[in-house]
Amino acid sequence: MGQEIIFLTILGMLAVTYIPRMLPLVALASKRLPEPVIRWLSFVPVAVLSAMLFPSLLLKDAAFNFSSENYFLWAAIPAFLLAWRIRSFFGTVALGMGLVAAGRYFFG
Amino acid sequence: MTSNVLTGDEAASPMLSAFKQVAPIVMGYLPVGAAYGVLAQQAGLSMLNTVLMSILVYAGSAQLIAVALFAVGVSPLSIIATTFVVNLRHLLMSASLAPNLKTWKKWELALFAYQVTDESFAVHSTRFARGDLNKTTCFGINYIAQASWAVASFAGFMAGSSIPDVEPLGIDYALPAMFIALLVMQTKNKLHILVAGFTGFVSIALVQAGADQWSVIIATVVGATFGAGVETWARK
Repeated sequence: MGQEIIFLTILGMLAVTYIPRMLPLVALASKRLPEPVIRWLSFVPVAVLSAMLFPSLLLKDAAFNFSSENYFLWAAIPAFLLAWRIRSFFGTVALGMGLVAAGRYFFG
Repeated sequence: MTSNVLTGDEAASPMLSAFKQVAPIVMGYLPVGAAYGVLAQQAGLSMLNTVLMSILVYAGSAQLIAVALFAVGVSPLSIIATTFVVNLRHLLMSASLAPNLKTWKKWELALFAYQVTDESFAVHSTRFARGDLNKTTCFGINYIAQASWAVASFAGFMAGSSIPDVEPLGIDYALPAMFIALLVMQTKNKLHILVAGFTGFVSIALVQAGADQWSVIIATVVGATFGAGVETWARK
């Protein structure tokens, strides 16, 4: 595929990515939303983070992976506990990465 | 170094606060952006197109999927349609941020929307929930994050296939670990825990059913509806 076609494809990707990001903010920010809608939206952060996170921890190739080599899952348990205790991004990310690195180093 | 996200450091200086809060995003973006750059180079994209996609589209998973599709010669329209579906979840994220930004001008909202990603959304919704609405911090976080993404894409492209393996350092766990921290910070009561577990379960079921590209947005809609429903029912 030529670079010009690739560039035009990128412009198409820009349009379909930007418009859904922009429309709700520009259209809704100045409006007083009905109370049930606000309440529904208040659950979106917890829901969307869970929807992205849990499959990455529990699944491998769309099948459950509870094997000892699933470092992503086992590192998540202390990471959750630490995040809950100290409420720190940085500490949680450092602990999680450290545990995954250690798991790979010591157990292959 | 530990930056406490609950109390924040925004009192010191808006830009300093942005640097502290964006650091975990950058740690996650560098390896993923570099991986994207490597794959784009191998898929036959020019250096310019590789970096332009990070600047113009700026959506991690969609970019990785797109280069995989370019590599096998899928038609441009299919690539654009796939990008649309994969990024549709940002519609919900923007809608969820909107009620916090009533006082912003339309052009500021349009500019801010350009950089709504999974990671920036998670950081901003945590900040907004504790009342940190500083505009300088908002844009500081967004621009530093995107700059790190674009630079990493470029470095990945240049390194080509000789990029060192990032796995021994556990760097591929930076984003999942950050999502863990952000999820915990968003979880403020028992109903939130219930919604998190329920949505995770729905999302896993959808992936297993083969609904890969739709799983996040469908699970989010189902999960938020479940939460609002339980809350309404509990009040009666």
